[in-house]
Amino acid sequence: MTGQASGRAAGDAWSSPEGAAALAAPHSAEKRRAVDLRVLLGLFLPVAIALIWEGIVSIGWAQGRLVPPPSRIVATLWGLSETGELWTHVWATLWRVAAGFAIGAAAGIVLGALSGASDTIRRLLDPTLQALRAIPSIAWVPLFILWLGIFEASKVALIAVGVFFPVYLGIAGAILSVDRKLVEVGRVFRLSRFKLARRILLPAVLPEAVIALRSGLGLGFMFVVAAEFMGASEGLGYLLVDGQQMGKPDQILAAIIAFALLGKLADSLLMLGTKPLVRWQDTVRERL
Amino acid sequence: MLNLEHLSKTYADGTRALSDINLSVRESEIVALIGGSGCGKTTLLRLIAGLDRASAGAIRLDGTTITEPDAAIGIVFQEPRLLPWLTVTDNIAFGLDGVGAAERRERVGHALAKVGLSEHADRWPRDLSGGQQQRVAIARAFVTNPKVLLLDEPFSALDAFTRASLHEHLLGLWEETRPTVVLVTHDVQEAVTLADRAVVMQPKPGRIFDELPLSLARPRDKSGPSFDSAVRRVLAALDQSLQTQHAPKREQDRQAAALWW
Repeated sequence: MTGQASGRAAGDAWSSPEGAAALAAPHSAEKRRAVDLRVLLGLFLPVAIALIWEGIVSIGWAQGRLVPPPSRIVATLWGLSETGELWTHVWATLWRVAAGFAIGAAAGIVLGALSGASDTIRRLLDPTLQALRAIPSIAWVPLFILWLGIFEASKVALIAVGVFFPVYLGIAGAILSVDRKLVEVGRVFRLSRFKLARRILLPAVLPEAVIALRSGLGLGFMFVVAAEFMGASEGLGYLLVDGQQMGKPDQILAAIIAFALLGKLADSLLMLGTKPLVRWQDTVRERL
Repeated sequence: MLNLEHLSKTYADGTRALSDINLSVRESEIVALIGGSGCGKTTLLRLIAGLDRASAGAIRLDGTTITEPDAAIGIVFQEPRLLPWLTVTDNIAFGLDGVGAAERRERVGHALAKVGLSEHADRWPRDLSGGQQQRVAIARAFVTNPKVLLLDEPFSALDAFTRASLHEHLLGLWEETRPTVVLVTHDVQEAVTLADRAVVMQPKPGRIFDELPLSLARPRDKSGPSFDSAVRRVLAALDQSLQTQHAPKREQDRQAAALWW
């Protein structure tokens, strides 16, 4: 496959000035083309299945009532966005995730940093937090509703709890695993505790902190669905429940696709925002 | 003048790493600590660097007792230990926090030129070879102008050619400010190439076995007869240190066997 790809790359190269320039730097050009082709390969399966299903429904072999063909899902998505209904739901969901993520991530970073940096604090905090982590987060729902009401506060709290644990664990673990040898370099140059944290610990934990934040964000999207299931009048999760109760599978699938796009978008933004911080990393491409 | 007085180090698990080390190193002298693995060379260096505390005895630099890292003492570790998120320039400038920007740029630029890495100034450590990384580490230690420079087998992971060229770079930098150098090595050739004095150490517990002056003229001719004879003298001392260590061991075994019966 790769051989074929590079063969074609070389073939194209002679026919266009751009390609000829690429030939001058064969290594990077070849790499770029190989990656492009592989992305197309990944699209093949979903597109093929969608087209086949579309065909089956359109010639009448299947009704497509419970599993609507792609054209109907796209039409529903389009219709929802035309009326503006989709954007209301998207904003409601995004707002909840953003608020929950901000609270959960901030708490996770602060407590994770404390617990990673000080042995005493870790002994004090960690057992309790680990015990709390063992509780499935959804189990908090009834309690949060009793405490915080059925509106936004309880939903944001649930998302914050979901985001908190991966961030806390990631940050604390990252600080604990900072190379002692690099810390010694800081000691040799007599850095104060604060400077040691700023000039060695912080940059050293950044790559793992980014990964922790990304998995936190993923969980945030997972918990926003749970939160919106438990009673909401707007949000993509509400669209899901509504679609189920009204028997509209196309609406459910439209909401699912919206979730996928939003999740990917949020993750890409987070990656883009943190990329300058970790560009020194040797393995950056494998890990992100 | 660097003085080690009755220095001992026993680790928490009872291992005696060093026992009663006495050594004084003149200003601008290069001393090579040589010996097999496990004879406490690195431990001794870490004590002088102030990274670990001695169990007994004292380290004095021009009369000041050293118990923690000191501005006058620099160290190059066995590994380069560069900070991967800083460019080569910023790595070298790492210890120049209190120095003005213009002077810092000047000193770093000079050090870079001295180790022959000027064209790599803005690259990341990951883009450098092992030998280049170690040169950056040496430049980082030199640029703060320490009075004492500690080298912990900094060339041991490199091939012979790279090592020889690093010896040149090191001596080139040393010529400028002439710091006192304590070099740990297990390579006799290296000791004779660089040092004014070889201190042969012996393990279990780590102690000084012998000191050999290496008063060869610099620059040293590695193919000359005096170089060869110096190498042979150090090798002989090393051999002897291992033999005298084994004899009492066998004696101990015999005693242990007797007790067992």
